[in-house]
Amino acid sequence: MDHLFGKLSLAAIPFDELPAMLAGGAMVGGFIALVLLITYLGKWKWLWTEWLTSVDHKKIGIMYIIVALVMLLRGFADALLMRTQQAMAVGENHGFLPPHHYDQIFTAHGVIMIFFMAMPFMVGLMNIVVPLQIGARDVAFPFLNSLSFWLFMVGVVLVMLCLIVGEFGQTGWLAYPPLSEKEFSPGVGVDYYIWSLQISGIGTLISGINFFVTILKMRCPGMTLMKMPVFTWTALCANILIIIAFPVLTVSLSMLTLDRYLDFHFFTNSGGGNAMMYVNLIWIWGHPEVYILVLPAFGIFSEVVSTFSRKRLFGYNMMVYATACITLLSFIVWLHHFFTMGAGANVNAFFGIATMIISIPTGVKIFNWLFTMYKGKISFNAPMYWTIGFMITFSIGGMTGVLLAVPGADFLLHNSLFLIAHFHNVIIGGVVFGYVAGFNYWFPKAFGFKLNEKLGKCAFWCWLVGFYVAFMPLYVLGFMGATRRLSHYDAATGWHPLFVIALVGALIIFAGIGFQLLQVFVSVLQRKQNMDVTGDPWDGRTLEWDTASPPPFYNFAFVPHVNSLEPHWDNKQAAKNQAEQPKRKYEDIHMPKNTGVGFVIGMLAFTFSFGMIWDIWWLAIVSAVGMFAGVAYRSFDYDIDYYVKAEEVERIENEISNRKIA
Amino acid sequence: MSTEVLHNNHDHHHDHDAEATSKVLFGFWIYIMSDCILFASIFATYIVLHGNTFGGPSGKELFEMPYVLIETFLLLISSFTYGLAMQAMYKANKSQVMLWLSITFLLGFGFICMEINEFHHLILEGNGPSRSAFLSAFFTLVGTHGLHVTCGLVWMIMLMLQLNKHGITAVTSRKLGCLSLFWHFLDIVWIFVFTIVYLMGVM
Repeated sequence: MDHLFGKLSLAAIPFDELPAMLAGGAMVGGFIALVLLITYLGKWKWLWTEWLTSVDHKKIGIMYIIVALVMLLRGFADALLMRTQQAMAVGENHGFLPPHHYDQIFTAHGVIMIFFMAMPFMVGLMNIVVPLQIGARDVAFPFLNSLSFWLFMVGVVLVMLCLIVGEFGQTGWLAYPPLSEKEFSPGVGVDYYIWSLQISGIGTLISGINFFVTILKMRCPGMTLMKMPVFTWTALCANILIIIAFPVLTVSLSMLTLDRYLDFHFFTNSGGGNAMMYVNLIWIWGHPEVYILVLPAFGIFSEVVSTFSRKRLFGYNMMVYATACITLLSFIVWLHHFFTMGAGANVNAFFGIATMIISIPTGVKIFNWLFTMYKGKISFNAPMYWTIGFMITFSIGGMTGVLLAVPGADFLLHNSLFLIAHFHNVIIGGVVFGYVAGFNYWFPKAFGFKLNEKLGKCAFWCWLVGFYVAFMPLYVLGFMGATRRLSHYDAATGWHPLFVIALVGALIIFAGIGFQLLQVFVSVLQRKQNMDVTGDPWDGRTLEWDTASPPPFYNFAFVPHVNSLEPHWDNKQAAKNQAEQPKRKYEDIHMPKNTGVGFVIGMLAFTFSFGMIWDIWWLAIVSAVGMFAGVAYRSFDYDIDYYVKAEEVERIENEISNRKIA
Repeated sequence: MSTEVLHNNHDHHHDHDAEATSKVLFGFWIYIMSDCILFASIFATYIVLHGNTFGGPSGKELFEMPYVLIETFLLLISSFTYGLAMQAMYKANKSQVMLWLSITFLLGFGFICMEINEFHHLILEGNGPSRSAFLSAFFTLVGTHGLHVTCGLVWMIMLMLQLNKHGITAVTSRKLGCLSLFWHFLDIVWIFVFTIVYLMGVM
């Protein structure tokens, strides 16, 4: 039996832990309900042929974002649990979460929000928008795109599964050794952590290469680098960061794996290991990761500001150079995450100054957005609300960041709630606001109807107010000496009222998320009223608004030719003074075929990881052989693409123009 | 705006092959660059940890230079023979491509066997990766390179099968080109391993 199930037994299911069982039960119940619903509607075949095996970048993007929103709920539930615990656990009261459970929750919250909420949201938006903005019909490697998605899903399934089978790490979101070594974390929690990040990280790396090649090789004729929309520029820079940073994550996790599984001594206390080596490596990945998330958000704000101010973006060139500058600088600041390591005054000074310098290109961007709005005809749609909220909130977060960049100040504030407040200030104010703005902005492009404005604005106000109420107290608490990751504190500290206020803030954000869900729900119900038949609901300026909403699977019937930065806008201006263009003859379009190989390799990567986590070696070996067979199968398959006939293109295009007339 | 539209379909298909080749080769270069970073991180770790022998043997006591030199020559010659395979491919001489690929495979296989033998001996003598941080880093660095070479060997067999079936086409040449990049890249990485781990280790 030991060989068959490894360490796995019924004891792995935490029957005695109520919160875990409730969450796990809800998850399993939801999953079963979903399976029953699909079966009831008879949609399995549709799901398989249209979605699971799809290599269409728009569908893959939509799947990424759906998963990101689901994971936002999970990560936010963790946040609420933490806030509630800290609002309760003072003096005699020890709250409702035992420390080992509380530790799993803050670890899971960080991991989920960064890897399984923010990353897929970003990759999803990039998937939907980048090929459309550069006038391409798909990404460079459509199969790899599908594979990336399914590898990422392995990570998602693992962090969800650990709720009901086993446990998650209790180490914090970066799993610093020696705590994460076998000696101090003997359970499967850290193994779940390692494999979920490792497999999804490889998926991200493949995505990074894919989009880098897509942007550099597949721009439509006439689109030189300096005629590329800003979102595409920021996506390009984010992908450069992915290509350079993610291999380092792979290496650091592999070394931790070797330490845990094969008794290596990279980061152990004994054997000559050096734990700070891990901390260095993980932040060489981790700091660029922050910019991988925020650069595309900057791109979104640039698109939104220019569209809703009815003006060209102020200082396009400067925006591009600022982005490139941040890309470079993001690699020479990692040490500011551990000034207290003891690297010496000169090293700390270098990294402190480099960190402060980043605020210059970022400040340039803020001014560019402001000057774009200046004298613009601004329409205050929901995306614009999020953008303005971002500019104020992010600036505050940036300033507290400059404070933390002073090594002397950092020695005091390190590991305190001041730090927590700072990075939530930039991640919520920058990344989350940005992605939600992008979600509202490009939703009609992906689905063909707009989101409800009123509910979108309600969501914005709850998020904005909730953010300040939840996190401003944490800055104060940091100054008062409250450290991060506390599950209990003394009444004499006087922290209690501030923790209660923070909980209220979290509840206001909760209402904001409720409004967002309601917004999607109501918009789907009222989609007939909010239909976008023109493909250009916001009077946009870049190429993605040139095609229908939702675009046909080949994106553009004719490959666009551009000769300006804002081709769609310029075409619209030119069309006003011109008679209708003569009809052109359609041609065959070359497209990739759908394939289930990505899905199958993903499933095998899951069983492989599960086998590795629970020491079920036969399962791991069989799955690894299976994954290899999947790659080989794909390599031997030469029948991977086809031509859409010109008549078919004509039929689809006619359908789209009929929709416009109707 | 309209001239490009006038291509006939035949050109269209041909364009597509050339475009795919340029995308794949470029993408593969980028992958190699990211792999380069992967190796760089492991090298950095090795350099930081190589003095941490924890009372165990250092590189000076362990490495047998003549043995490693033979390994090195096997790999270097295999790079040369792969180059000859590419030459034969450009001349569209399939049987010669197969011949040079087989020789490359044997040389690479010899390299891997020698490396496994070296590891085996070290572990038998009690100097496995668990002995010290230095040996952990040594086994990981050299082993990661070896793992790459092994993948390259398996890939080579797959390509020989495909070459046998389809002959030298746009697709098979593209794949041979990618493996060529990969194989030479591993050679360059080995030069660094040889220098930093072995030569500097016994100095």
